[in-house]
Amino acid sequence: MTTTTPKATTPPTMSRRRFLARAGTLAVAFSLAPALSQSLATQARAAGTATTAGNDMAVDSWLVIGSDSGVTIYSGKVELGTGVQTALSQIVAEELYVDLNQITFVQGDTSLTPGDQGYTAGSQTVQSEGPKLRIAAATAFQTLLGLASQQIGVPTQALQARSGQIGIGHNLNRARGYGQLIGQQQIQLTSNPNVALKSPSNYTVVGTAVPRVDLPAKFLATFSYLQDLTVGGMLHARVVRPAGRNASFVSLDDSACAAVPGFLQVVQRGNFVAVVASDEWAAIQSAKALNVTWRQGPPLAAEGNLAAELRDPANIYQSGPSVAPVGDVDSALAGASATLQADYFTPFQMHASVGPSCGIADVRGAPDPATGIQATVWSGTQGVYPLQGAIAGLLGLPTAAVHVIYVEAAGCYGHNGADDAAADAALISQAVGKPVRVQWMRQDEHGWEPLGPAMAHTLRGGLDSKGNVVAWDHTVWTPSHSGRPGGNPGNLLAGQEIGALPPALGAPNGSGTRNQPVNYAFPNIRTTENAVANFAMAPGTGGRLATAAPLTYTYPRTSSLRSLGGFSNSFANESFMDELAAQAGRDPYAFRLSYLSDPRAVAVMKAMAKQAGLTGKKPSAPSGMLSGRGIAYLQYENNLAYLAAAAEVLVNPASGVVRVTRVVVAHDCGQIINPDGLTNQIEGNVIQSVSRTLKEQVAFDANGVTSVVWATSANFPGTQYSILHFSEVPAVEVVLLDQPAAAPWGAGEPATEIVPAAVGNAIYDAAGIRLRTIPFTPDLVLAALAAKNG
Amino acid sequence: MATPVTRTLSINGTTHTVSVDDGTEPLLYVLRNLLGLKGPKFGCGVAQCGACTVLVDGVITRSCVKQLATLNDGDSVTTLDGLASSARPHPLQQAFIARQAGQCAYCGNAMIMGALGFIEGRIAAGNRAVPSEDEITQFLSGESSTSPLVYLCRCGSHQRIVSAIQQAAKEMLS
Repeated sequence: MTTTTPKATTPPTMSRRRFLARAGTLAVAFSLAPALSQSLATQARAAGTATTAGNDMAVDSWLVIGSDSGVTIYSGKVELGTGVQTALSQIVAEELYVDLNQITFVQGDTSLTPGDQGYTAGSQTVQSEGPKLRIAAATAFQTLLGLASQQIGVPTQALQARSGQIGIGHNLNRARGYGQLIGQQQIQLTSNPNVALKSPSNYTVVGTAVPRVDLPAKFLATFSYLQDLTVGGMLHARVVRPAGRNASFVSLDDSACAAVPGFLQVVQRGNFVAVVASDEWAAIQSAKALNVTWRQGPPLAAEGNLAAELRDPANIYQSGPSVAPVGDVDSALAGASATLQADYFTPFQMHASVGPSCGIADVRGAPDPATGIQATVWSGTQGVYPLQGAIAGLLGLPTAAVHVIYVEAAGCYGHNGADDAAADAALISQAVGKPVRVQWMRQDEHGWEPLGPAMAHTLRGGLDSKGNVVAWDHTVWTPSHSGRPGGNPGNLLAGQEIGALPPALGAPNGSGTRNQPVNYAFPNIRTTENAVANFAMAPGTGGRLATAAPLTYTYPRTSSLRSLGGFSNSFANESFMDELAAQAGRDPYAFRLSYLSDPRAVAVMKAMAKQAGLTGKKPSAPSGMLSGRGIAYLQYENNLAYLAAAAEVLVNPASGVVRVTRVVVAHDCGQIINPDGLTNQIEGNVIQSVSRTLKEQVAFDANGVTSVVWATSANFPGTQYSILHFSEVPAVEVVLLDQPAAAPWGAGEPATEIVPAAVGNAIYDAAGIRLRTIPFTPDLVLAALAAKNG
Repeated sequence: MATPVTRTLSINGTTHTVSVDDGTEPLLYVLRNLLGLKGPKFGCGVAQCGACTVLVDGVITRSCVKQLATLNDGDSVTTLDGLASSARPHPLQQAFIARQAGQCAYCGNAMIMGALGFIEGRIAAGNRAVPSEDEITQFLSGESSTSPLVYLCRCGSHQRIVSAIQQAAKEMLS
């Protein structure tokens, strides 16, 4: 299998009509968008098994088989370093009886993958796209089978298929390749939702540990990441971002830039300032040489007081129940034998990709007469369509004049700086009339990427006289987790710098409340969200609109970081669950099990307990150290993957250093497409989450983020943004519970959520201290130990 | 004022003469932009992550801070692009593929080139023992006696990376 990236210098002109109209192809039209699937299904039912895809409006993806028997999938979903491409290819290979190397993905291109497929995010790809690709592949196969029956002259029951060929019996006698079967015909089909599917018991590819298709080229240095892409005639640029989050441009002096060989020009519009040069080092040197005067704006909220600041009613634009309440929490708390209340807090955190964001854009003075394309943008975005609209707005062009091509970049873990870097490149290219590459420096990425929001929680619980939970009340305060481009230039950093404003803040959409509800069978449950605005709100807009430009930030800009609110909500829930168990004098494992009846929930708990050896003694501690073990349980988004985890820690009471030594995760995400790919994902989630739990916290002052590199050094004094080193990585043990007959659910995020409480509970087990603030730094541990020891 | 610099280097076994207008330009940009190599990556520009790692005369070098002017004519530079022979990938590359030791794999250059310098450095010092997992971990954390450099992975492929390096070391030392 290969991935094609259209040649950079010649924007693709092939339209869907063109490849659908080619002789010698079989094309299956299908839809990956939920609303369209419905109309497509209706259409297919009305028309029978094989219909002509007459209505382009109902179609946004194609599976095309060519004369060489190769299969090409035109899909808006993109590879984000998670192995999604491999998993989707396995599904197609299985239903269509082809080899993986016969499959080509054309992904994330607004010209080749028509239709808005939204974002590759939220662990959704395999679970939402997989079944649709499966049906499309089966639709193609049934037609090929029919052709083979006609052409070979035997009933379909006598035929078998392998590697893109159909023939008689196991040996494929008189075999014909798919390309031969199609011949010069031009076959257009619509995906048939009622098509016969292969039984999971006959699977040979799905459910096996197929190696990732993209990895060899990456290790052989033949793979082109976005950062490696070059476009003919491109210039290099660096953006000189404002001296403060709310600073505004006053003046600039570029006289020192003239001494930099290769310096070409400065681009300035509003608060957007960039330097352009003929080569990359010249761009970096020019940015250093440019002298910009900024006027500082209002200060950001104080970092040291964030937990209280987030609860400030002045910053809350909407409050309400996260989900419908169960029972009557207030009465139950009033009647409880014992009540407990605790506040939790998690800080701003970064995606912190090891490859800073990059964007390349070629914005012409006029549209191409053949294609109508005026701006071509290469980006590591999670959604080519939402970015296309936002860039169009930024440049003042019609959406159809903007062509966005996805090119894989370094791992993103959510909405990082990828879209912003693309916008930077587009704005600069428009100004200079040439293709431009913008590579963010590390300080740009750490300093300006959209952050995972800080969150504050208050939990209250009530126990009856027997230690049973009678009330559970969780209130969360959170800034927005949804700052993606969404077709609006006001969501792009460059857009905001030239005066665009974000759209009105929407109703809370569940992203900040992800996994705030619990799946425990408590009689009375209430969950409340307070949505916190990042920026000053305009009076008289119902508190939902930003003030007039320039945007005035109260907190750093936030958006989607892996698992969204789930990391913080699950930390609070599963820590508080342990607090209640301790209050009730119950074992945390048995306490949780007593509120779980779903067999799959019980199964992951038992699998975790067995692997972790919960019934045995906790691990011994080296001299001078304290050892502990903690557990956690959750169901991702309350209705998807089931997870249980056990963490083992060593706490050094002298230094305050916590070391997570072992994490066991039992994981049931339904049907498993690729067990090794899945295990790799879970390991990655766990290790990244241990990093977030122990180390990660964005430092910022009145003007902006101050933790702009990985480690403190002479040139970068003060606290920096450190992530886990190899010596701090736990042993991760994954127990997979496969459900071959169930739907496949995503695994890109769930295990991120399970870690922080398991670690916090382990620290409580080890040292008797309850840590309610992340990260669990040595200072925090020492302070808690000092408080405990009075 | 910028000082132009020209160096004749052996890069992955081939002689190249490279000229830059400003001798403070780091080797990383010379390799990537003048020679079109894709192995060394830009990660931080301050020698804190390892993405840009290359070997210069066998010595682990963070090419993002190694100015071209500080290299000498005749210096030998090895990058990830040059590890594979025409016949087969290097044992480290084979092991990383076999162990699926990456997710986004943007740090793959850091891990493979760092490990190559680590293992070859041990061999040059007369130590032909296969490194233990602890020794590999210490090296990648900048905690070994020979190198303070830190190697960062964000996707969480650490366990597989350590295992792949040890697997490759066994083959390289056999």
